[in-house]
Amino acid sequence: MDRLGEWILPAAATGILLWGMLRRVPVFDTFLQGAKEGLSSSVSILPALIGLMMGVTMLEASGALDMLSAFLRPAAQWLGFPVEAIPLALLRPFSGSGSTALAASLFENISPDSFEGRVISVLLGSSETTFYAVAVYFGAIGVKKSGWTIPAALTGDFVTMAASVAAVILLFGV
Amino acid sequence: MLNKIWGGMILVSFLCAAATGRMGQLSQAVMEGSGRAVTLTISMAGMMCTWTGLLKVAESSGITRILSRIMAPAVGLLLPGYRKDGEAVSAASMNITANLLGIGNAATPLGIAAMKAMAKEHKGHKLPDRGMIRFVILNTASIQMIPTYTATLRMQYGSTQPFAITPAVWLVSAAALTAALTMGRILESRWKHG
Repeated sequence: MDRLGEWILPAAATGILLWGMLRRVPVFDTFLQGAKEGLSSSVSILPALIGLMMGVTMLEASGALDMLSAFLRPAAQWLGFPVEAIPLALLRPFSGSGSTALAASLFENISPDSFEGRVISVLLGSSETTFYAVAVYFGAIGVKKSGWTIPAALTGDFVTMAASVAAVILLFGV
Repeated sequence: MLNKIWGGMILVSFLCAAATGRMGQLSQAVMEGSGRAVTLTISMAGMMCTWTGLLKVAESSGITRILSRIMAPAVGLLLPGYRKDGEAVSAASMNITANLLGIGNAATPLGIAAMKAMAKEHKGHKLPDRGMIRFVILNTASIQMIPTYTATLRMQYGSTQPFAITPAVWLVSAAALTAALTMGRILESRWKHG
């Protein structure tokens, strides 16, 4: 499985560039244009990340995160879910930058290649900012009532939580 | 919503630090946390730019267009009652393709265009219809094929195999999307608009 992971980035990069050259796209000029957009979008999310990283680091330093974990530990252990990942699962539907900030601060102490670290990674990589998407898309057409969107979307988020642990156990062992 | 969450984080931290006598650590956290965000953004910027650069090549060479044309019939099934060759289905297909490739910047405007096209085709209704809701549910799930951002974050924190989680991400994303759309389908027939 690790082998497959190694192949993904080089294969995608080479495939895209080869296809681009076959289609006579000026690949380097186009790459530069895209990279410039990437740079400006990294910079544009920086203020949100600064605010949320500050918030998350404060929660950690004040001991609040430890208290929350201690409170959740029995339930988490019963479910087989790593307790460190619970605050992340709770924050994920509300804030993308907040989740990045929290995952980064968890990785200060937890190796990304440990069981907990992998669950955190999979959780982060396979979910979206649910409430943001609902607000943006319905907001764009001036609809206030979103019907059954949120219960359905949150079902998905809950499955992400449970399935992250299951997938990590299945593919990596414990 | 985020205003309350963020405010809450700061307030809880202050009260907690006051109660446990960790004001010194808290003070340090304020200064460190903000700096950490800058360091992280800068160190991740290289990989993020590389990726958006590659995606731009994919876009310019027509990969996005080809994928979204392949996607269109399936999207037509997801959005019942909309013209198969209409603007709504085409914008929705483009949005889904952008999400699959992880072009977040492009996905949101395309998704908004799809919602507007659906609202136009479905004029005169105050409430969202099944298609709109299914489309938004789809956008609340992650369908990204290559989790570049997560992998880059893992690399920053010393992972020796940053992309090794990719197959797990595929499995989990598929399970979550199926669950969300199925729950949507179940609720569709039972929901009472209040």
